[in-house]
Amino acid sequence: MANANETSNHTNVDTGHPTKATYFAVAMLLVVLTAIEVGIFYIESLGHGIIPILAILSGAKFALVVMFYMHLRYDAKLLTWLFLAGFFLAITVVFALLGLFHFFI
Amino acid sequence: MAQAELAHGGHEEHQTTTGLSHKKLLMWAFLGSDCMFFGSLIATYLVYKNRSLGGPLPEDVFDILTTSTSTFVLLMSSMSMVLAYSALTRGNMNGFRIWLLSTCIMGATFLGFQVFEFNEFVNHEVHFECSHLEDLTKFERTFADRCDGTVDEVFIEHAGLTPRTNLFGTTFFVLTGFHGGHVTLGVIWLLAMFFYSLRKGGITPAKHEEVDLAALYWHFVDIVWIIIFTVIYLFGVFPGF
Amino acid sequence: MTTLGIPIPKRPIHPTGVWDWLTTIDHKKIGVLYGVTAFFLFLTGGVEALWMRVQLMGPEADFVTPEVYNQLFTMHATTMIFLGVMPMGAAFFNFLIPLQIGARDVAFPRLNAFSYWTFLAGALILKFSWFMGGAPNAGWFGYAPITGIEYNPGNGIDFWILSLQVLGIASLAAALNFIVTIINMRAPGMSLMRMPLFTWMSFVTAFLLILAFPVITVALIELMFDRFYGTNFFVTSAGANPLLWQHLFWVFGHPEVYILILPAMGIVSEILPTFSKKPLFGYPVIVLSGVVIGFMGWMVWAHHMFTVGLGPVANSVFAVTTMAIAIPTGVKIFSWIGTMWGGSISFKTPMMFAIGFIALFIIGGLSGVMHSSAASDAQQQDTYFIVAHIHYVLFGGAIFAIFGGIYYWFPKMTGKFLGEKLGQLNFWLMFIGMNVTFFPMHFLGLDGMPRRVYTYSEGMGWDYWNLVATVGSVVLALGVLVFLHNFFKTLISGEEAPGDPWDGRTLEWSIPSPPPHYNFVQIPTVSDIDDWWHRKREDDSSLAPVAGSSEDEHDIHLPDPSYWPLVTAVGLFIGAYGLLYTLNIGTFTGFPLFAIVGGSITLVGITAWSLEPVNEPDSDH
Repeated sequence: MANANETSNHTNVDTGHPTKATYFAVAMLLVVLTAIEVGIFYIESLGHGIIPILAILSGAKFALVVMFYMHLRYDAKLLTWLFLAGFFLAITVVFALLGLFHFFI
Repeated sequence: MAQAELAHGGHEEHQTTTGLSHKKLLMWAFLGSDCMFFGSLIATYLVYKNRSLGGPLPEDVFDILTTSTSTFVLLMSSMSMVLAYSALTRGNMNGFRIWLLSTCIMGATFLGFQVFEFNEFVNHEVHFECSHLEDLTKFERTFADRCDGTVDEVFIEHAGLTPRTNLFGTTFFVLTGFHGGHVTLGVIWLLAMFFYSLRKGGITPAKHEEVDLAALYWHFVDIVWIIIFTVIYLFGVFPGF
Repeated sequence: MTTLGIPIPKRPIHPTGVWDWLTTIDHKKIGVLYGVTAFFLFLTGGVEALWMRVQLMGPEADFVTPEVYNQLFTMHATTMIFLGVMPMGAAFFNFLIPLQIGARDVAFPRLNAFSYWTFLAGALILKFSWFMGGAPNAGWFGYAPITGIEYNPGNGIDFWILSLQVLGIASLAAALNFIVTIINMRAPGMSLMRMPLFTWMSFVTAFLLILAFPVITVALIELMFDRFYGTNFFVTSAGANPLLWQHLFWVFGHPEVYILILPAMGIVSEILPTFSKKPLFGYPVIVLSGVVIGFMGWMVWAHHMFTVGLGPVANSVFAVTTMAIAIPTGVKIFSWIGTMWGGSISFKTPMMFAIGFIALFIIGGLSGVMHSSAASDAQQQDTYFIVAHIHYVLFGGAIFAIFGGIYYWFPKMTGKFLGEKLGQLNFWLMFIGMNVTFFPMHFLGLDGMPRRVYTYSEGMGWDYWNLVATVGSVVLALGVLVFLHNFFKTLISGEEAPGDPWDGRTLEWSIPSPPPHYNFVQIPTVSDIDDWWHRKREDDSSLAPVAGSSEDEHDIHLPDPSYWPLVTAVGLFIGAYGLLYTLNIGTFTGFPLFAIVGGSITLVGITAWSLEPVNEPDSDH
């Protein structure tokens, strides 16, 4: 009985997580996104347009690591909420402080 | 099964309300909490951005290509960490050890880059050519009044950046220093796991969750760096931000 | 453990006496440790307050010097908030949450012990400052730049920083522990919306703790680096803006206010239904308003800073959010009154304190709404009006609820009733003393008396009410003394209490008093809010759990005691001092010997802890 449970747990782990190929693909995406970031950085004609582009690219990298490497995509939703509570609160506090210190004006 | 376990002494820890393990919940709640920690440090950095009274400033000291390389190393360490975990869950202990050790090595390499970088900043020098004043940064231009013929056409001025130099130095070193501290703890944790895995029964596929927790921490340190790289380094050099 | 190759004392499987308390990981014993320690520290904070009241009794008194007075008000506030109310809340979390959700312990028993010992370490660092060159003197919110090294060269602020950092570690560990415990260790059927209100409010509090403490940790790190290592975070001559400290402090500080009051609201929400013999009026609404308060607590912090010149837009935004937070608070008060409405109320001591809480908290809440208007606040900022407000919400609110909670759960904790007559005397002395002390402070504030002045001149018109307040504080102190008398008298010769002395509603009343170390012989299955209340009224007796059922209690395995949480905390204690006291060896100045020693002890503690199994495999229970 205990053994059966153990093996079923194991198969869960294997199917619940992505394959090596997925991990590798994510890694390649991360490298490519970083390369694009650094590349864009040297294009001077973009002006202030660089800020949203870089923000989106690094946001994508963040999401890739959290979803695949930290396997939130395959885990219980509760864990996602626990993390996002802190994450979004931190983002809000950062932006509120920047606003209060007239960072944007 | 449940009955049998209860009778054998109530292993309630295996039958949690949500079905999730205690440790995993703890780890994710802690990571949410740590977001607030780094959020406060990043907010401090940004609030004080462009408020330093003197140089050197980001555009004087940052070397984007060097930092891109160390960022690459840290991203790759995340990949090798997840491959280590994947190998462990498949029962491939040797693969696990190899990937885990390479994660540690890449983490240590990242720290080496950071030490190198800090050292460069502390020993930063302004290289001056009085015939090329137009290429200078704002900070470097403050030395330009020396180009009145009393000094050589080309001279080198020591202008190091330490945590005491200006607000940029203070906020930059403390923010990246605490990130480096997190990486150091991570390397120690992973190394401890590596050596523990050499012991018989130390780390087994059945104990994969212990490794998963360390991996979560390691990836978190990585995503914090993803944000620091963009917000502090890339935006830091970008004029007008 | 032998594989480490160093002789380690054998794990204390069945410790006795002092060792039992030093190595315990039983949530009930840790709760008692928290409660007794915090109450003692609460008394020291009270002595500091009385000292101030004596100094302010008449104009131009000189019982204390201005410098000592600065230290007194800083230590009084820091003690009451971080060493009094918060850990007394933690005492209730520890003792009650596992009982209320039907668990045998918390999720991480050793981490729980670690939280207590670390809390004690932080408390000692703060309190020892009196004997180590002077206590902190910059107020409990330590505004920059007065805390900077150039204006405050002594060690007082350093002790304050180190103590709060260590206390932060303790709070973070405890809060993470309780979040996991509440999410993951509820008895079958105990869905979130069947949880007792105290557990619910503690749940919200724990989230506030893990999200708010990192912010103060960062602020304190910045201040510490300024003072120890010469950085520029709050150095105005380097272009720094001291408002950053105020913002970071209050981003933490306002959620902290709710960290103090939400557990109190939870306690009151348990006492009122029991002594009104009615279910809590609007249970889901109270839960929801508690969650909303926790959420909105993040949006109001700058109302502490209305007079620093944030500008009309920011002031208006924070004024509106502050007014809005009165709504969920008002909803709660209506629900509590609704609970009592039409109930058959029994005015036992716990109920008296709960009703006192409602009355006093309403007064404090109303003066709070008065501050929410930025224009009005400009007149009240830094006057005794603010002092009156904070004491109505924290003394009339939090402390009254905590006393109510002590009277309510004392029979559960010890198996004995606190004396009812002394309890009533205790309540009335505290209630009258509290109002006589703090109500006149409203008048003093509106008459312009600034807070934190060590004395005042004759003829300012403040003499009379200051004298009244001092007399009130003596009455208040008498009330606390009556409690202490009642406490010791009960321990020696108290009336025995049964398992369910108040006809309670929640699961902790379904087990004997004091609870056995394993809490529940059989983990109950829950099918209702106030499950125990309903079970008592079920005809089907098979549903009621009776002590000593089919399961043999010797089969219940609980985690074994451990030295390592204590060792780890001792390391933190030494290490924290080590950051301050460095050695000069030859030409090498500032060698952090004690920090290294303390850090090593902590590292050994953590390592041994993580290698130690929860249960010794061969231990017999």
